[in-house]
Amino acid sequence: MGIYMSILEQGLIYGILALGVYITYKILDFPDLTVDGSFPLGAALTATMITKGVNPYLTLPASFLIGVLAGICTGLIHVKFKVRDLLSGIIMMTALWTINLRLAGTANVPIFGNDSIFDNDFINGLIPESLSSWNVLIVILVITVIMKILLDLYLKTKSGFLLRAVGDNDVLVTSLAKDQGNVKILGLAIANGLVSLAGCIFCQEERVFEISSGTGAIVIGLASVIIGTSLFKNLTFMKATTAVLIGSILYKACVAAALKFFEPQDMKLITAVLFLVILIIGMERRKKVKKNA
Amino acid sequence: MLELKGIDKYYNPGTVNEMCLFDNFNLTVKDGEFVSVVGSNGSGKTSMLNIVCGSIPVEKGQILIDGKDITGMKEYKRNRKIGRVYQNPAMGTCPSMTILENMSLADNKGGFYGLGRGVNRARKDHYRELLSQLGLGLENKMDVLVGSLSGGQRQALALLMSTMTPVDFLILDEHTAALDPKTAENIMELTDKIVKEKNLTTIMVTHNLRYAVEYGNRLLMMHQGQIVLDLAGAEKDAVQVDDILKQFNEISIECGN
Repeated sequence: MGIYMSILEQGLIYGILALGVYITYKILDFPDLTVDGSFPLGAALTATMITKGVNPYLTLPASFLIGVLAGICTGLIHVKFKVRDLLSGIIMMTALWTINLRLAGTANVPIFGNDSIFDNDFINGLIPESLSSWNVLIVILVITVIMKILLDLYLKTKSGFLLRAVGDNDVLVTSLAKDQGNVKILGLAIANGLVSLAGCIFCQEERVFEISSGTGAIVIGLASVIIGTSLFKNLTFMKATTAVLIGSILYKACVAAALKFFEPQDMKLITAVLFLVILIIGMERRKKVKKNA
Repeated sequence: MLELKGIDKYYNPGTVNEMCLFDNFNLTVKDGEFVSVVGSNGSGKTSMLNIVCGSIPVEKGQILIDGKDITGMKEYKRNRKIGRVYQNPAMGTCPSMTILENMSLADNKGGFYGLGRGVNRARKDHYRELLSQLGLGLENKMDVLVGSLSGGQRQALALLMSTMTPVDFLILDEHTAALDPKTAENIMELTDKIVKEKNLTTIMVTHNLRYAVEYGNRLLMMHQGQIVLDLAGAEKDAVQVDDILKQFNEISIECGN
């Protein structure tokens, strides 16, 4: 039971990160490595706020906003200084490492004794005692679903339409008398806001901030997006955002299954191999579609 | 009125490959004119359009719209009053969005792209009416992704989208070149209809001499960055494809083609 619960919890938390990666990778067609820095950025801010005694729910919007700032920086580097997309992300990722350390003070900040979004008087009063072991999962589920719905709604607005258009055909955006650079910056901002929010929740679930928690976050995000979108490609009634969330849970399940047979230090190798397998399977499906078309 | 005054345009300036395309190039297009532009490859037709739209900078000279200097204005800002259709049908539409979403996007040109609902249901009937004029049956496919349409259908949609909002200029960059003869004919007729209905000032670059002769009320032939033939009014009406072809061959022979 514990393992399934943990898969769902982690899958949904990384699902929010995957929603962010979905925006950059699928919609904007921008390989955004900022994610490796903006995920722990949210966590660092959260740990700092919680140890200072701030209401844990304030960490959610605060983390989102600080992620937005990081995304804007990446966007400005790419759009205004014309640095290549991959390099802009790498620059920000590197810079954020120091910023995260400075923000949190040390590389490791435990927040065991403090209130969190999962453990406080409000939640303990709201959810009956008998279900208290479900607290974490319920809260994560609620936040993830809300973020997914908000993103779905946003993508149907005029601004969301422009965002979808810029990754598809940026010439069209220019023809519509809109600066495509600004639209890209906006997309990166929202994406990194989501990633940072995921970092905030992750930190509170693990009850510790760790500077290295972001290492490989982009791989997890990309794997989730690719699993989700290629598995459910033919189900047209399913929204891509739903597919991405399911992809994230499936990915966490795959990793958990693999860890049954291997040691924890094999983790990164397993991740890399899994990612490669997913990429190859995803590509094959794409080829098939093209041939039939 | 659109004026290009004393335009100099170099490619690869400051290198051994420096090439002067335009040297003191001048052109005036009056309101309501439909200008067809023909010329060999590399004669500067597309560069001229790019200069008008602001896609490429110029070394010297002025671009004026109604007497207002827009030389330094950014491309996206200029596009507010310019509609453009490209040679590649993929350039004017967004493939991963539906026809309805594409039209809603284009309908909002010049407006604010905020958090309002992307698709305006109230305008749906208007879109359907516009689409039915194309005669391609697209009005019944409004929820189909544009990426799954044929090139001709996409180009028709692109043409429609570029002229949905009030624009002063319509720029057509070989917009029938990638289409089969029948579809090209349809798109050309549709273009003529839209231009006449909305009384748009139009510049059309084409390699099809017949279209250049048949459509529009002014004809330009360009060669090595210069206008070698400029016919308007009665002269334009009288001209035949053969005359143009003869002229075309002459400049081509000079060039050694």
